[in-house]
Amino acid sequence: MTTVAQYNFAYLDEQTKRMIRRAILKAVAVPGYQVPFSSREMPMPYGWGTGGVQVTASIIGPSDVLKVIDQGADDTTNAVSIRAFFAKVAQVETTTRTAEATIIQTRHRIPEKPLGKGQILVYQVPIPEPLRYLEPRETETRKMHALEEYGLMHVKLYEDIARHGRIATTFAYPVKVEGRYVMDPSPTPKFDNPKMHMSAALQLFGAGREHRIYAVPPHTEVASLDFEDHPFTIQHFPEPCALCGAREVYLDEVILDDHGGHMFVCSDTDHCEDRRGAGHVGPLGVAQEAAE
Amino acid sequence: MYVAVKGGEAAIANAHALLADRRRGDRSVPGLRLDQIVQQMGLAVDRTMGEGSLYDTELAALALVQARGDLIEAIFLVRAFRTTLPRFGYSNPVRTEAMLIERRISATFKDLPGGQMLGPTFDYTHRLLDAGILDDAVPAPVTRPAEDAAAPRVTDLLGRQGLIEPDGETDPDRPVGDLTREPLDFPLDRDLRLQALARGDEGFLLALAYSTQRGYGRNHPFVGEIRIGEVEVEFDVPELGFAVNLGRIRVTECQMVNQFKGSAKVPPQFTRGYGLVFGQAERKAMAMSLVDRALRARELGEDIVAPAQDEEFVISHSDNVQATGFVEHLKLPHYVDFQADLDLIRRMRAEHDAAALKEAAE
Repeated sequence: MTTVAQYNFAYLDEQTKRMIRRAILKAVAVPGYQVPFSSREMPMPYGWGTGGVQVTASIIGPSDVLKVIDQGADDTTNAVSIRAFFAKVAQVETTTRTAEATIIQTRHRIPEKPLGKGQILVYQVPIPEPLRYLEPRETETRKMHALEEYGLMHVKLYEDIARHGRIATTFAYPVKVEGRYVMDPSPTPKFDNPKMHMSAALQLFGAGREHRIYAVPPHTEVASLDFEDHPFTIQHFPEPCALCGAREVYLDEVILDDHGGHMFVCSDTDHCEDRRGAGHVGPLGVAQEAAE
Repeated sequence: MYVAVKGGEAAIANAHALLADRRRGDRSVPGLRLDQIVQQMGLAVDRTMGEGSLYDTELAALALVQARGDLIEAIFLVRAFRTTLPRFGYSNPVRTEAMLIERRISATFKDLPGGQMLGPTFDYTHRLLDAGILDDAVPAPVTRPAEDAAAPRVTDLLGRQGLIEPDGETDPDRPVGDLTREPLDFPLDRDLRLQALARGDEGFLLALAYSTQRGYGRNHPFVGEIRIGEVEVEFDVPELGFAVNLGRIRVTECQMVNQFKGSAKVPPQFTRGYGLVFGQAERKAMAMSLVDRALRARELGEDIVAPAQDEEFVISHSDNVQATGFVEHLKLPHYVDFQADLDLIRRMRAEHDAAALKEAAE
């Protein structure tokens, strides 16, 4: 019987990490450009964050503190699973607190708390190509990027306005990075797009199945595509978080019963806990001491 | 008061425990041994090795048991193991003309040097369920004396008369393409394309191959030859200066011969589609060779009109581990994005209703 060797620190072998780091360096040097890399088969399925996991595995060191979120929450099953993976193969410290993390791997959200210098946000990306649903062929979309030919995207946004009176893209809303490449921010709600702009943190994007890595270096311009007469706007929720009372954060709708009862709660669970810890109480919340 | 669902960690641990329990099933039934799988579920093992791209019958059997018989899951397990293995280099091309043949048939010639050999095939069985195989009555072992007669490949026989295109020439110094080490960059060279097809999902390739027969990129195929048997794997050791035999593997090779009327680029002749798969995997090798031929449309100057001829479409979607991952990832939570769409739909419906009311009022 073949015996399974001990895995290297953070699972990937050093040659692979070096290859991925090179791709990351190139991505940082050309913000928003999708760098092909030789994605490995990981011990979790494609579509489960293999790109993000490979990026994290390549940049993580023993002194890093890792936070993993999915839908903004630390305790969603896949976030738990990825965090456990790194705790096992890299024995790094993990945290749920945004401020304490040096690396945050995320699926579908950017934390509410602004990220700082030295922090790295690693996005899991399903389809890295912002033009993919307009043009299915990679050979074509690569040409379009090379020629900076983004007319098709503007036509699509225009047609939205003509048909629906507004741009009907609510997540994975395309952005232009540093005035050059149109980039897919991964399927984060457009609510999070402004957080990418001039962020002090390094933002890395990994798409494992599609073999692409791209990046937004710190303090880089990230503009959501729009028109002068139809400027980009983000979602606003009519009510605050039911638990912590936060406004101007992204909320999840939670169904309470089968009579249409629902409430809105923070999607960013760490942010919500932080606020409740500081004494904020929402309309359905209970003061922290009383709850314990 | 609603308490946000916590405890993903405990849920995962419980799910794993339940999975382990269900996998084992009734404890009063003896557990499967790997040698039973290797010996009696050999074709499942072969498919796992082929699409898992790792020739190791025991590991494939282990993967099958661990995956509860789910082939794609087993293939995934093998792939995830394979990716961690160090690469020492690339073997020399296997010489299938020197194969120790167990099965060899040609549909293009009634008889040919080396003869036709049916081998262990389902082909002429009547598909009647046979509970008799469950009896302990063991059939006597069947062996066949080794043939001394050479069995040259049919394509080599035809090639001597210039009726069929020769094997492609490659520069021996050209590095071997490896799609597990380099990102794919379309259009592909044929070596990479064949590699992708050899790992590709049998069902997907079968359906595409079938579509070419039904007129979507038809190319008039004949089975020149199918051969199944063992070939030697040789590896050039630079320090030694000669090739070392690493052992033998069982493979299935299919050479499809296709009518071709010629184009501006190429004179009329028979062209070829090629299939080579680990183990005994005839359906896969045949499907692969049909799709390979269809994908050569660009090279041969044919019009690309059908899905099976579209390289980017075929190769981007042939990997079942990738496909199952992305399809199945839809069950992961997407409520943040759903919320965003919900918000949009509510707004648009409110506007729609308001407009309808206004219209009714006027």
